[in-house]
Amino acid sequence: MSTHETEITLDPKVPLVRMTREFDAPPEKVFRAHTDPKLIVQWLGPRRHEMTIDHFDCRTGGSYRYVHASDGNEFGFHGCFHDVRPAELIVQTFTFEGQPDGVALEKLFFEDLGDGRTRLVVTSLVDSFEDRDAFVASGMEEGVREGYERLDELLAG
Amino acid sequence: MSADPLSRVFSALADPTRRDMVARLTLADATVGELAEPYDVTVQAVSKHLKVLEDAGLVTRTRDAQRRPVHLEAEVFDLMTKWIERYRRQAEERYQRLDEVLRAMPDEPHPTAPSEPPTTGAAR
Repeated sequence: MSTHETEITLDPKVPLVRMTREFDAPPEKVFRAHTDPKLIVQWLGPRRHEMTIDHFDCRTGGSYRYVHASDGNEFGFHGCFHDVRPAELIVQTFTFEGQPDGVALEKLFFEDLGDGRTRLVVTSLVDSFEDRDAFVASGMEEGVREGYERLDELLAG
Repeated sequence: MSADPLSRVFSALADPTRRDMVARLTLADATVGELAEPYDVTVQAVSKHLKVLEDAGLVTRTRDAQRRPVHLEAEVFDLMTKWIERYRRQAEERYQRLDEVLRAMPDEPHPTAPSEPPTTGAAR
């Protein structure tokens, strides 16, 4: 079970985040759960958000856009599929529309471990360490506000 | 300079030399001279980096001591680590939902199966 825990590493040399996670399903299945909109909405959105897919055309040259909504706030995300190799690799861009000038280059590797298991490796590359770190912090939801408050307290003390 | 403390910490750590200095300070306090040693830069340049780290609240310097060693504020640094852990946990929650989705999915037809026969009556 512990081998399933998501691992995150921040590369020290380039502004890249690497996530690794193993699944008890073959690469074809894990790949399909990443490309079929009906399946994606069941897991990709943050918990208390409703996810709406505007379009999701996962093939080389295709594009996607989806929106997370919560408490009247909407967060849009979009990008293009640069390269899609079924059950092997997805190369895509990723933009959070709240920061329209920012773009990450993401690679999803679906590695066949045999016995119906898959290792998924997701890398996100941005163009500065500042953006990378802000990107990591932006995933925090309410944690970010809490973090701000605690940091304010620490720095005031 | 960025107004909010979070951005200050992030931009202070955006520089590789400063990250390196912080990594060194996690081991022990050090003087400016000691911090400058491994780099091909002047003590003045290191002092400039330290000023940025100080403004971000990441390091402090003892005012009265002769050596004025630089001290890492571990609590502020730990907070950064916790943010990464939160990010990790959020990804893990997402992937646990994906585990469920994968369990509920029917088995695939063979992925390399030849393309489907032409639909009856389809125009060519």
